[in-house]
Amino acid sequence: MIGGGLLALMIILALAAPLYAGDPLNMDPFKRLQPPSTEMWFGSDNLGRDVFARAVFGARISLIVGLTSAAGAALGALLIGVLAGYSCGFDSIVMRVMDGLMSIPTVLLAIALISLTGPGVGILIFAITIVQLPSVTRLVRSVVMSVRERPYVEAAICGGARLPKVLLRHILPSTIPALMVQSAIVCADAIMTEAGLSFLGAGVPPEIPSWGNMIANSRLYLAIAPMTIFAPGICLAVMVLAVNLLGDGLRDLFDPRAKRRR
Amino acid sequence: MSGPLLKVENLTKHYPLGAGFLKKTIPVVRAVADVSFSVAAGETLCIVGESGCGKSTVARLLMRLVKPTSGRVLIDETDIAVLKAHELRAWRRRMQMVFQDPYSSLNPRLTAGQIITEPVENWERLSRKQRKALAAELLRKVGMSPQMMDRLPSELSGGQRQRLGIARALALNPSLIIADEAVSALDVSVQAQILNLLLDLQQQIGIAFIFISHDLSVVEHIGHRVAVMYLGRIVELAACEALFANPVHPYTEALIAAAPVPDPTRVRLEAPVQGEVPSPINPPSGCAFHPRCPHAVNRCRIDVPRLVPMADGRAVACHVRAPDTDFPAQPSATATRSLTAG
Repeated sequence: MIGGGLLALMIILALAAPLYAGDPLNMDPFKRLQPPSTEMWFGSDNLGRDVFARAVFGARISLIVGLTSAAGAALGALLIGVLAGYSCGFDSIVMRVMDGLMSIPTVLLAIALISLTGPGVGILIFAITIVQLPSVTRLVRSVVMSVRERPYVEAAICGGARLPKVLLRHILPSTIPALMVQSAIVCADAIMTEAGLSFLGAGVPPEIPSWGNMIANSRLYLAIAPMTIFAPGICLAVMVLAVNLLGDGLRDLFDPRAKRRR
Repeated sequence: MSGPLLKVENLTKHYPLGAGFLKKTIPVVRAVADVSFSVAAGETLCIVGESGCGKSTVARLLMRLVKPTSGRVLIDETDIAVLKAHELRAWRRRMQMVFQDPYSSLNPRLTAGQIITEPVENWERLSRKQRKALAAELLRKVGMSPQMMDRLPSELSGGQRQRLGIARALALNPSLIIADEAVSALDVSVQAQILNLLLDLQQQIGIAFIFISHDLSVVEHIGHRVAVMYLGRIVELAACEALFANPVHPYTEALIAAAPVPDPTRVRLEAPVQGEVPSPINPPSGCAFHPRCPHAVNRCRIDVPRLVPMADGRAVACHVRAPDTDFPAQPSATATRSLTAG
């Protein structure tokens, strides 16, 4: 559970950012592109802003986008997947819609949505959630389809259980392990997508520090001030790694065979 | 109680193979064809037959886990085969089912107590105390200690799990329990315990059983009446002793002859029946058993035999052993075609 620990640490650091990091928006034209010092740990960028503070505050955006998109996709998939897995009529309609959604590239949909409404964190999360929804829904649906044939589900029906009870008590719990693992993968993917979109200028608004737009702003100054790119880059890599490790850990936890091997 | 508890008339289930959208005829599996029987209160009716003969489908049809293609399932003059799902709930209290596999028929995430009290909680709210009392009572009924109620199914043995399955079926005080191969997944010694438990319950509460099995020694032990199925049809329906002492249908005869007898000195006859069970997708014309039957005559290839009542109360579907005089042979179109082609 290294991933979980690392992620928890990053969440704490991001939440506590105002307590120890400086103002990420404070510009100082006399201290542009400074190398790391005791005053500014990661140096300063082309507008004289504290790269450390910006990196710490940037974690907030990554975490918000990653966690909410994963949670949104998981909840949506649970609702749609359970119903689609149980009802054939609903299934044939919804899964065709999902197939359609699957064929749209994430970045394209996000750019299209943002050009409609203007940049914003909410619309970014919405776009990523929508694009991630089909794969998670397919997963939940397939688990439901295999579980609903099990004799204990039939036994519950014979016992006179109503449909909501059958779904909630006997079918839904079996989907949770796979769903948790898939959510971690979606979360890592969402963090990467957010960084990519912000790098392109189609993500979060420029006034909010994000790892993606930090890298984008600093790419011209790589030779003079390498920390301006390395700091957000490394942060991004570590966070995605942490989330992926968490996903692996969850998979091992839920998979009885993997547990026995350890 | 007057009249039968459950009456089944011409129950038929066809499973279409693949969806036919433009094709006119879809091949179907004739899982159950024209099955009729009745069960009296407190009686044990056994259904025997080889794998794939439609025994389990009958059970699932009776519980309405699947909807029959045609035919009627009557309880108190109500045909439950045509009821809608919400109307069906009320009738589920009358009939309960014990499943074959004690491992997959219990939800692995619920405790023993939760599993066996759930049917009751589908109808009424129970307080914690009531639930505990009910679980303890049900566990005691099936010969388990009330301390087991907090265990998960994975912590119990196969026999204990099957006892839980029976306790769950008993929870609603049904008048009929359908046991689909309820003991075939268990060791022989545990099988005996479970069978004796079922017999005890029948004596105490007067519960009726439909006991589905492929194991003739089990059937002989607990059955009052036995229905022998072959390729989705009942070929012989008789009182248990009469059936084992004097089988009439050639298939019943073969089935009983093939069962192992715990007597090393007895000389086994040459297997009277050769060949495999034909596919229910394309069953033989006429009597489904005729390609394997040593006594088959021409009529068997053309005409599907009807279940004919005989003098001793049994019913047999065989042109040779139980000639059906009321109905003259009516060769069906498909049967004549296959005859001229062959």
